[in-house]
Amino acid sequence: MEVYLDNSATTRCYPEVGDLVYKVMCQDYGNPSSMHRKGVDAEHYVKESKDRLAKILKVNQKEIFFTSGGTESDNLALIGSARANKRAGNHLITSSIEHPAILNTMRYLEEEEGFAVTYLPVDANGRVKLEALKEALCPETILVSIMYVNNEMGAVQPIDEAVQIVKKYNPSILFHSDAVQGFGKYHIYPKRQGIDMLTASGHKIHGPKGIGFIYINEKVKIKPIVFGGEQQKNIRSGTENVPGIAGLGLASKMIYQDLDMKVALMRELKSYFLEGLGRIEDSTVHGLTDDSSAPHIISVGIAGIRSEVLLHALEDKGIYVSSGSACSSNHPAVSGVLKGIGAPKQFLDATVRFSMSEFTTKEEIDYTLDTLYNCVPMLRKYTRR
Amino acid sequence: MRFHSFLIKYGEIGIKGKNRYLFEDALVRQIRFALKGVDGDFHVHKAQGRVYVDCEGDYDYEETVEGLKRVFGIVGICPVVRVEDRGFEQLSQDVLDYMKEMYPEGNQTFKVEARRSRKQYPKTSMEINCDLGGVILDAFPEMKVDVHNPQIRLNVEVREEIYLYSEIIPGPGGMPVGTNGNAMLLLSGGIDSPVAGYMISKRGVGLQATYFHAPPYTSERAKEKVVDLAKLVSRYAGPIQLHVVNFTDIQLYIYEKCPHEELTIIMRRYMMKIAEHFAKENGCLGLITGESIGQVASQTMQSLAATNAVCTLPVYRPLIGFDKREIVEIAEKIDTFETSIQPFEDCCTIFVAKHPVTKPNLERIEKSERNLEEKIDELMKTAIETTEVITVKP
Repeated sequence: MEVYLDNSATTRCYPEVGDLVYKVMCQDYGNPSSMHRKGVDAEHYVKESKDRLAKILKVNQKEIFFTSGGTESDNLALIGSARANKRAGNHLITSSIEHPAILNTMRYLEEEEGFAVTYLPVDANGRVKLEALKEALCPETILVSIMYVNNEMGAVQPIDEAVQIVKKYNPSILFHSDAVQGFGKYHIYPKRQGIDMLTASGHKIHGPKGIGFIYINEKVKIKPIVFGGEQQKNIRSGTENVPGIAGLGLASKMIYQDLDMKVALMRELKSYFLEGLGRIEDSTVHGLTDDSSAPHIISVGIAGIRSEVLLHALEDKGIYVSSGSACSSNHPAVSGVLKGIGAPKQFLDATVRFSMSEFTTKEEIDYTLDTLYNCVPMLRKYTRR
Repeated sequence: MRFHSFLIKYGEIGIKGKNRYLFEDALVRQIRFALKGVDGDFHVHKAQGRVYVDCEGDYDYEETVEGLKRVFGIVGICPVVRVEDRGFEQLSQDVLDYMKEMYPEGNQTFKVEARRSRKQYPKTSMEINCDLGGVILDAFPEMKVDVHNPQIRLNVEVREEIYLYSEIIPGPGGMPVGTNGNAMLLLSGGIDSPVAGYMISKRGVGLQATYFHAPPYTSERAKEKVVDLAKLVSRYAGPIQLHVVNFTDIQLYIYEKCPHEELTIIMRRYMMKIAEHFAKENGCLGLITGESIGQVASQTMQSLAATNAVCTLPVYRPLIGFDKREIVEIAEKIDTFETSIQPFEDCCTIFVAKHPVTKPNLERIEKSERNLEEKIDELMKTAIETTEVITVKP
């Protein structure tokens, strides 16, 4: 049995999306910038995709820009807006549990471009401390970036409250949110919520890799970070990745179809899974587990078994999970997020992440639990003494 | 400059008496192997006690030289310009063209060294030396002749065609692979073992390798890393049979039955036994490890003696007197370093004790191993039977 429970790393493409991408690559392969009909046909796909995204987010379609994915969107949001608003101030705020695409970009702005950055701490459940945000705001602050859902433990961030605090302090401070893990799981309406910029990625929502988008409110002052043929209103030069864009649009439409029902099913499975996990001794689930947590992510600490070992033992039975966050898994360092929430020491390097999708079934969860019941005691027998 | 051939200089092979043809044939074979993936048509042949690589038509010069630089046995690679023999006038012109393009500064000291395998040529070697020297001096007023220590040694070989060369690109030295049997390398994925394999192979030894895999404690990536390393080494050593042994059960059994601080040393003894089994089965004449005295607890003099005691085949440890720094230098030279330092756990480190024995006593180790008597033979048998063999080529 193959059980893929690493959907926060990436997802299986919807077959319809795969077909569309293939069709755009092989038949409607024009360059949207071309004057002839082939180009116009290609441009239709881009427009359609923008339209779909705009509808989902309830924003204007001209506020959608396509990029190569979450990382590039984050870079554009932070670097582009920090540079464009430098005259208003040089202080940026983010949380300490962001994805490396944010953290390392902030570090770059700090070290190379002279900005000051505040990294907000989180509480025991991995949620940004709003008190700390209040204290960090200052007249120099120009940008706050807080993720929608944390990728390692699924902690949903208090975005609405954070936006309110920021905008009350100074309405012209920009608010960006990396919603790579939130888009496709939550109804997100940036305008209503006061989010000025929002990042999302295709391959986390059963779309292709190498494509993502960023919503940028039309009032936001932003400068491009790549230069070239001035496509996409010169915010993101480069021939549009039309197959990817078409795939992203369709995937977004599909994942938001009956979303509430899908999420309800995921939550049901999640609580069933949590109940089963509770039977494993010396284990813990990091963060909140109620409906205020992400429906698809479960971060479990199992004392005495190193993450990587458990990962490979499960892999051997056809179950694919992730140790910490897949994006940082090549560096066998202890997770900063787990440290940030003050997780007990024995779980720091003994935590795996299960992440579900709409395709996850109860049978798969049962099989995973049975496998865990079998291999956890076996693996615990052999530990580094 | 467009070169038409490479003259291959080989050092040690030259003195091998009646076996010489064996060495030369192996060299030719290895050169052909090294040039297999290079763009171009190459004709590798022996002629009058030399090995030539003739390049027909277009070829990629850099790739060719890179390929040749990885053939053990080659001491020097001389890029040759071949010209037709159309009289001495024409030869003088060709030599001047060659010199102009190779040494546009025109202010070095030089010497002409002529050789004739075609003895009907109207001039003797000495005459060629003198006359061509004169032609060069006339054309390059700032050049000087120095017969003892010239900066440029212009070789002129008169064969069917005339060969001109003056540059020597150093080769790796050593002896062609295949002239000294085969040996079994214990390949771990670290920095040392690929270097050890390279060094033994340099003496003409073909390689096989054994890697100990311990799922789920070591990942599929760790195994891929070892295959990648074997691939890099095989660019020098030729194809490598890599034996991937699943070692988990043996390791866990030792863990259960033996004192923890002896775990690593006992484990290594069983690794040697298994590697030796495959060595003998495949006609290898020795084992190769990357050990270096005192580097880690399992490589102290006492530990080496304890591991050595289980083998009947000789164990070659080419890095035994090397410091880490020196090993890293070679690893960087042969391009294995980057791959070696990828952070995947190997099976030696997973259960390592906080304070492993550094001065194991052989009798005590053997006594501990008696705890394993019940199941170890069967576990060894299973490990050997389930071993996966991968043929690794560059």
